[in-house]
Amino acid sequence: MDTLTSSSADTLAAQRRARMAARLARRHSGDRLFKLAGLSAVAFSALILVFLLVSMASSGFAGFQRSELRFDLPLRGQLSIDRDRLAQPDPAGALELAGLPAMVDAAAEKGLGEGGSALLADGAWRDVAARLAAKPALLDNTSIAVSLPATDELAAAQRGDGHEALQPAAKRLVAQGKLVRAFDWGFLARSDATSPQAVGIWGALKGSIMTMLVTLVLAFPVGVLAALYLEEYAPRNRWTDLIEISINNLAAVPSIIFGLLGLAVFLAIFPHYRSAPLIGGMTLALMTMPVIVISGRNAIKAVPPSIRDAALAMGASPVQVVFHHVLPLALPGILTGTIIGMARALGETAPLLMIGMRAFVASPPGDLTSPSTVLPVQIFLWSDEIDRGFIQRTSAAIVVLLVFLLLMNGLAIYLRNRFEKRW
Amino acid sequence: MSPAILLLLAFGLGLVGWLAARSRAWAFRRRDPNARLHSLPGFHAWYVALWIAVPALVFALVWNAVSPALITAHVLADPAAAALPGFGFEREAMLAQARAVAEGKAFGVFMPEAEGLIAPYRVALTRYESIGLVVTILVALAGGAFAFLRLKPNFTARTRVERAVMGLLLLASLVAILTTAGIIVSLVFETVRFFGMVSPLDFLFGTHWAPDPMSTGAVDGKQFGAIPLFWGTIYIGAIIAMIVAIPLGLMSAIFLTQYASSTVRKVIKPLLEILAGVPTVVYGYFAALTVAPAVRDFAQGLGISSASTESAVAAGLVMGVMIIPFVSSMADDSIAAVPGSLRDGSLAMGATRAETIRKVLVPAALPGIVAGVMLAVSRAIGETMIVVMAAGASANLTANPFQSMTTVTFQIVAMLTGEGSFDHPATLSAFALGMVLFLVTLALNFIALRVVKRYREAYE
Repeated sequence: MDTLTSSSADTLAAQRRARMAARLARRHSGDRLFKLAGLSAVAFSALILVFLLVSMASSGFAGFQRSELRFDLPLRGQLSIDRDRLAQPDPAGALELAGLPAMVDAAAEKGLGEGGSALLADGAWRDVAARLAAKPALLDNTSIAVSLPATDELAAAQRGDGHEALQPAAKRLVAQGKLVRAFDWGFLARSDATSPQAVGIWGALKGSIMTMLVTLVLAFPVGVLAALYLEEYAPRNRWTDLIEISINNLAAVPSIIFGLLGLAVFLAIFPHYRSAPLIGGMTLALMTMPVIVISGRNAIKAVPPSIRDAALAMGASPVQVVFHHVLPLALPGILTGTIIGMARALGETAPLLMIGMRAFVASPPGDLTSPSTVLPVQIFLWSDEIDRGFIQRTSAAIVVLLVFLLLMNGLAIYLRNRFEKRW
Repeated sequence: MSPAILLLLAFGLGLVGWLAARSRAWAFRRRDPNARLHSLPGFHAWYVALWIAVPALVFALVWNAVSPALITAHVLADPAAAALPGFGFEREAMLAQARAVAEGKAFGVFMPEAEGLIAPYRVALTRYESIGLVVTILVALAGGAFAFLRLKPNFTARTRVERAVMGLLLLASLVAILTTAGIIVSLVFETVRFFGMVSPLDFLFGTHWAPDPMSTGAVDGKQFGAIPLFWGTIYIGAIIAMIVAIPLGLMSAIFLTQYASSTVRKVIKPLLEILAGVPTVVYGYFAALTVAPAVRDFAQGLGISSASTESAVAAGLVMGVMIIPFVSSMADDSIAAVPGSLRDGSLAMGATRAETIRKVLVPAALPGIVAGVMLAVSRAIGETMIVVMAAGASANLTANPFQSMTTVTFQIVAMLTGEGSFDHPATLSAFALGMVLFLVTLALNFIALRVVKRYREAYE
């Protein structure tokens, strides 16, 4: 009897242990599943990022190339032009008068076969002119090998789309090694154009740089001074609360609203400066300022009070305390925040569309008030183009933009690691 | 006169005053070694420099604003101006051409009538430029002399300079209020004009959106029903994007805070930051070029023939991906704010980590997570470029995610970048839409920040 109960208790206990073990295994596997779900969420984000970057980079690499035709251009004794004239302004004009375009066309007919000159992009001879102007000694060569941009149609045919009729010619030229995809340094030096073979990013890049300069000059001092005031001097009253609420809200207002403000206020005051870097910079400065204030306040808050007390004890006035001690110590943190805010402004598109920075601008802006476009808007405009040649160019522009953003963020991380003190 | 020259002049004179005042302050001490200066010589210098540069800059600013009008008035008073057309575009063009030639920016005029205006413009330009220059110098000298004569050994220069600095600081912080006020005033002003043409009821509750920026004549309020836009915005930004962003962002945050080792965290966190730093126009391009065609093919594979290249789901998916880092960092913060004792207690009772997270940490962090989601929604509905590039222009009131759908931000861009005039109700409707967007995001942010604040206090 005794043994019986003890054995049934044993089986009961064994059953309970087995159930317990099963439950535990289930709970542990649930834990592993949960961890796996978390891991896959992170992996998904990382994968998207990698896919985004790789697809942009690979397509962008093709965007840095253009279709070029290669042939020999006879030179010695062909051009009746004075060497010294090439050193003077407008050498291209002088070469045009001397008959360079016709020479290039003739050489193309000869080197590429009949109809070869029609395959060259408009103004392809200018590349030769620029080369000659840079190095007049080339005029002594019997002939030089040139590599000139092809027309959009031929470039499309080389890619395998576009006109059916051109495809055999393109295939033949490629087979002969006369039609190649060549790295196009000019992409970084030219401006917007109607043909994907002739576009460049420099105009938009210069516009972006000028806009960012205006933004920095306006937003940085105002942001830092406001942060100093709020953190160091502001009395606790209703006005200070109002300022704080405004800044926190401005940091969260959609960027397009700032575009509406720029349109309704800045363009009403300066109607002639539509699509100028000045107005764009002012609009983006309003957007960036709250970011600088918020990060600046955090950096100022991180400076230990003992430093202030020590300076005050030595007889410094409140203004001296802040400008001689607190501000220099907080500056790395403020700069990090500023760079991050500027990087955000650099990628911003919508507010600039509102204030008219979406026009076709074929030359880089001369000054802060001349019409201009900026990198993200240029990307947006090219992405709307019908010509498929623009797809790769758009990716190339995105690569340029991302490189600048990475540089800025890298600088911010470097500053943070190098100069930020932990008290 | 280019503003740069006046600017340089003001700063140059300021520098001269700065040096002069400093040497004078040093001279006080040299003359009488026992004299105690109230302020350091540097403060005397700044006092004088401020008195030189600030009035000169203020005058230069004012002069820059009024002198073009004075110059034009002077030219119009000239007999040669009598030949000008009375008003309109031609008159403006002629004046602008003559002015450009007179300033040396252009070499000739296209309109012969403008030829006679060049000479008067030259005269007026030189006259008003020299007046501006001379008065600027005079103002600077007067300010400098006034300040310089007040310098004495016991002069309280430091107090005065510091008061000016405080004024500057206050001014800088008022810029934020001014910006907010500027946004509200400009939005309200244009919205009121819009509601003068279209009834607010038609706008807020109408279901048909088809404004024609080129139309003339009577305004048809029935074209301005914004419900399809609101629906599209909510559907894309608050539903599809959040279906992507909330689970992925929350799970990322949980993995990073609870499971990942510190080395993994060090790699993954910057990756998420990069994802957050990619410009929206790049996401838009990605959505339009890669995601949208894939979504369309998928939908057609399912047998949905109405699927178009511009679909709500493509825009929403990419927007969701864009928001993941934001949700993740907000969730990260709120989970980190839960006291460690709650977590330790749960683990000590034998709960697995997953059970602790699901039954203890997430419920405790829920208010913060909800607030973070609200902020994420406010960011998503204000997002512009992704929807402009991927969502489409047609205002469909539908629940089919594969159809083209438009949003508030898309229509703001569409109405303001078209050819319509600034007084047209279609153009003004953009400001009314902006007003709605501003108020909604404001409310979301306000509530979310209050929730976060109260909840943080509850645990502290």
